[in-house]
Amino acid sequence: MAKEKFDILESTCIPLPLENVDTDQIIPARFLSLTTREGFGEYLFRDWRFDKSGNKSGGFVLNDEKYKGRILVAGKNFGCGSSREHAVWAITDYGFKAVVSSFFADIFKNNSLNNGLLPVVVSDEFLKNLLDQIQKDPETKVIIDLKQQLLKVSSGESTGFEINQYKKECLMKGLDDIDYLLNITDMIKAYEFRKTLGK
Amino acid sequence: MIPQTLFDKIWDSHVVKSIEGGPDVLYIDQHFIHEVTSPQAFDGLRARGIPVFRPAMTLATADHNIPTKDQNLPIKEELSRTQVEKLAENCREFGIEVFGLNHPKNGIVHVIGPELGYTQPGMTIVCGDSHTSTHGAFGAVAFGIGTSEVEMVLATQCILQPKPKKMRISVNGTLQKGVTAKDIILYIISKISGGGATGYFVEYAGSAIESLSMEGRMTICNMSIEMGARGGLIAPDDTAYEYLTKIPSISNRPDFYSLLKKWHGFRTDPGAHFDRELDFDAARIKPMITYGTNPGMGMAIDDTIPSIDSIASEASASFLKSLDYMGFTPGMKLAGHPVDYVFLGSCTNGRIEDIRAFTHFVKGRKKAREITALIVPGSKKVEQQAINEGLDKILKEAGFELRQPGCSSCLAMNEDKIPAGKYAVSTSNRNFEGRQGPGSRTLLASPLTAAAAAITGRITDPRDMLQD
Repeated sequence: MAKEKFDILESTCIPLPLENVDTDQIIPARFLSLTTREGFGEYLFRDWRFDKSGNKSGGFVLNDEKYKGRILVAGKNFGCGSSREHAVWAITDYGFKAVVSSFFADIFKNNSLNNGLLPVVVSDEFLKNLLDQIQKDPETKVIIDLKQQLLKVSSGESTGFEINQYKKECLMKGLDDIDYLLNITDMIKAYEFRKTLGK
Repeated sequence: MIPQTLFDKIWDSHVVKSIEGGPDVLYIDQHFIHEVTSPQAFDGLRARGIPVFRPAMTLATADHNIPTKDQNLPIKEELSRTQVEKLAENCREFGIEVFGLNHPKNGIVHVIGPELGYTQPGMTIVCGDSHTSTHGAFGAVAFGIGTSEVEMVLATQCILQPKPKKMRISVNGTLQKGVTAKDIILYIISKISGGGATGYFVEYAGSAIESLSMEGRMTICNMSIEMGARGGLIAPDDTAYEYLTKIPSISNRPDFYSLLKKWHGFRTDPGAHFDRELDFDAARIKPMITYGTNPGMGMAIDDTIPSIDSIASEASASFLKSLDYMGFTPGMKLAGHPVDYVFLGSCTNGRIEDIRAFTHFVKGRKKAREITALIVPGSKKVEQQAINEGLDKILKEAGFELRQPGCSSCLAMNEDKIPAGKYAVSTSNRNFEGRQGPGSRTLLASPLTAAAAAITGRITDPRDMLQD
């Protein structure tokens, strides 16, 4: 089923300069009981955003009014841990369209690409400079051009990024993996037949 | 003929199509599903108006959200009850076999698959759960997937997946007494870190790995994800064939002998190329314990937590935050530290050998008064076997209670939560902040180390307390 197309994203950013942020922090297990895809944004980073009494935690960046944006810039190994796709749904439902880091766990990267959330991998050094820049000037804008595979910062720096070409096309065209596979059912059945022949 | 790794043999023979500049279309031999990561996938099928492509290759169980006591009563928590009911409804509608709550074959998905003979050498296996790597112990290519991919496999029995690189981790030598498979894998992760195998599929080899039982091998493969690996496998051998042959659904098959013959071919060829190789000496491994908030933050039980000087500067903020959460300090010794809870269970260490080891350790001893213990079998079959062997009686004598199967405290989606601030020595696989309950403090360890803590009420080296 067709999804929204990803083209050029221009936005201010929210910095999260912590390494190894795992999916249990992104969406604690007690919120996985919802049976639809919507509504997870409310539970994003729940235990970091709210204290035990349900009040907003002053120290956490998502509660800091000077930072706004649809791009999350996070420390290395963002999204490690469980395969829960709910983590990505929480991030996109909250309003993010891209996450920038120097390293993403495989399952999280796949889940992101399958849900229109663009994971952008940059070097450790570029990431550090970008985080410093955003924290120095929260109005800093970042432009992510998926076609050119380019990330530009309003303060002047830019970097290219790698992305799997097939996933890139799917994101740009708003295409769904399942539609692709449903179109090659004959090929799948042919494979099954070859297997029963003991190929 | 270019020598091939076992991983290559299995992966390449399951490729339906290789997309130019993209992933492979990989055919899946066995799809396991559970109540947490499947509801939205079934909704997706309904929205597209399509059936499940191969229901007979799909098996469902309820494990994450179920209680581990009074399973015969309705589930109290509404959202949990809804999820479990939804799974039953979806399976009924789409014609999928489901071993739901109270079914004699019910249990944790990665425990029931192998024990019931669904998991076999040479298969490609997926499930919406990151510990799917467990099935790799049988020489299968098994890995965890997200809900969108669950929908994909339900719809087409295929998944789009880029082929990972290959790593071989060899562990050679003899394990000391009191050191188990769990300690091996915690040791490896502590050496290569939580992201050390990202992008790789791991093959475990070496004499120490070969000396492990199938259950020990499952413990090893289970935690492959905790070092970032896509999955991990161990080539099948006589130990594997013997285990599989004991399962009636396998040995009663009319094609059993040709199946056995096929399985003998599932080995890595001598001289096959791995993108990376690591070697470890089993004799150096001691009982392990984690001190931080990711599985890589582990050390030998008699060791001290690293000092701040030994940590790279970019990692020091996370290191200190982690220790602060745990209530520990750099350079601290953990042996002797008081503990509040002990959890024996999970897809990592919830099988009969784990329960036997724990029971044997506590036999004739008494649980420390200050400890709350959760002893959770991995499946109804494991529970029944424990009862048949009289293990439940020995446990009761010592002050422990054998509960009913489920994922339980591993991720505490049900009511088996560890309270905030409390320390839990746990045989599960993750010690992230709040994993076992908001504010809970998890110390990952082996069943023997958990048993020692349960008796003394403190972090204790099990080697000091082994009995024949």
